[in-house]
Amino acid sequence: MGIIEVSDLSFFYGKFQALKNVTLSIEKQKITALIGPSGCGKTTFLRTLNRMNDLVEGACCQGQVLIDGLDIYQKGVDLLELRRKVGLVFQRPNPFPLSIFDNVTYGLRVHGVQDRDVIQERLRWSLESVRLWKELKDSLDRNALSLTGEQQQRLCIARLIAVEPEILLMDEPCSALDLFATEKIEDLMRELKKQYTIVIVTHNMQQAARVSDFTGYFLLGELVEFGETTQIFTAPTDRRTEDYITGRFG
Amino acid sequence: MTIAVLFFIIFFILKKGLPVLSFKFLTTNPGEMGKTGGIFSTIIGTIALTVTAVLIAAPLGIGSAIYLTEYTRENWVTRVIRFGAECLAGIPSIIFGLFGFILFVTKLKFGWSILSGSLTLAFMILPTLIRTSEEAIRAVPYVYREVSYSLGSTKWQTVTKVVLPSAMPGIVTGIILSVGRSIGETASVIFTAGSALRLPTSIFSSSRTMSVHFYILAREGISMSNAYGTAAILILAILAVNLVTYAIMHRFMRKYC
Ligand SMILES: Nc1ncnc2c1ncn2[C@@H]1O[C@H](COP(=O)(O)OP(=O)(O)OP(=O)(O)O)[C@@H](O)[C@H]1O
Ligand SMILES: [Mg+2]
Repeated sequence: MGIIEVSDLSFFYGKFQALKNVTLSIEKQKITALIGPSGCGKTTFLRTLNRMNDLVEGACCQGQVLIDGLDIYQKGVDLLELRRKVGLVFQRPNPFPLSIFDNVTYGLRVHGVQDRDVIQERLRWSLESVRLWKELKDSLDRNALSLTGEQQQRLCIARLIAVEPEILLMDEPCSALDLFATEKIEDLMRELKKQYTIVIVTHNMQQAARVSDFTGYFLLGELVEFGETTQIFTAPTDRRTEDYITGRFG
Repeated sequence: MTIAVLFFIIFFILKKGLPVLSFKFLTTNPGEMGKTGGIFSTIIGTIALTVTAVLIAAPLGIGSAIYLTEYTRENWVTRVIRFGAECLAGIPSIIFGLFGFILFVTKLKFGWSILSGSLTLAFMILPTLIRTSEEAIRAVPYVYREVSYSLGSTKWQTVTKVVLPSAMPGIVTGIILSVGRSIGETASVIFTAGSALRLPTSIFSSSRTMSVHFYILAREGISMSNAYGTAAILILAILAVNLVTYAIMHRFMRKYC
């Protein structure tokens, strides 16, 4: 059984159905890529996994999502704990307009960690995980907005890692970065998958082919095909997937 | 044209007022109704009144702004609050003075005091505080809130640790504008804080502010030179307040845009 088990998940923005009976299983410590044309529901799907969609007015969700065997849409689920465990990296790097230190330790503070030694240690370890420690250890009180785009995105990942999540959801994490920076973030993802389960949404099929172990293809809210990346890219079973990855569509 | 008028006024006042200014003028209490001596007690009165007014109004104003932006959607309650704030903003200060006199000075028996004066001033600056804080809070990008929630924060944590700090420069600007308004206010203060020349000892003492002092000196023709001296200090104080506001806005722009 995977760390995330989604069965028969449908999602509605008011009357509009954005996800249609999605069923899939995501394995622990693997990278799962979700591809598909714009507006097919990739972001929506990602955000159902840590219930960020609850913030949307008039949204409604049916079906089941199990994370570590726990039904996260059950009544009485600790949302704060769920979101700590299932972190989200956004499309654009979006550090708070605060210092680097405050950015990385933000999550710790909201989860009530006050011990200075613990904070220092997590700070260091998070920044090391994203390969920023060496560059930034002497300028922790610099404003995070003064970093480059790539550094900012790394910092955002460090901010997540500081609260010790198990799953990292990444919504087109490289779309605001140049090629060189993208490559470096991809390297980082390969490193991170030793410890974390990663689900990445991407527009870029090469990126999915490069970094992921599993790939799912979404079209108009439907999960058309899901399987090992090599299989999806070399021998797709569905015509629509084939059209998409060979570039005849999308 | 406006700039020319502004410079003319400032120049005129400073030319008449600056020669009167001295360390002694600033640090001695007025004597013979203000004919002799300095303006020390009125400086203290001004500061006490302004600080108390801001201490009363800022939490209310910022609280209302948080409520309006983060905790409700547009509905009749928010419309009533906004309408109320706009009405308050449009009322002439002399009416506030009368209202403060009736409510605080006589009904609640606070007498002519710093307390009555600052409560009245608080009502006057409340609309500005609400509006500037609301704008500042709305200007905080929605995605900061999303990030905060996605890290597992509660709403309250998101508001206090992300939204307010990001909005702080804007909020502080509003507070400083209110300080400027309080320092310059005359009509409502005469009615509520009175015009005692003694150094105030508590918030229940009556006290005269610099604006009131200037008004009385000039109107009663007690001492024109001391009046101009007071005016010069007033203008310098308000200029300083505005400069600080400008500097903060400038830094804010550099940081966020
Ligand atoms: N808050 C919302 N309210 C209503 N409809 C929405 C909302 N967010 C998304 N949608 C709609 O749901 C559908 C799926 O959107 P989603 O953002 O999940 O697509 P996506 O695959 O991530 O697209 P992209 O590649 O452009 O990011 C789209 O048709 C979109 O218009
Ligand atoms: Mg998207």
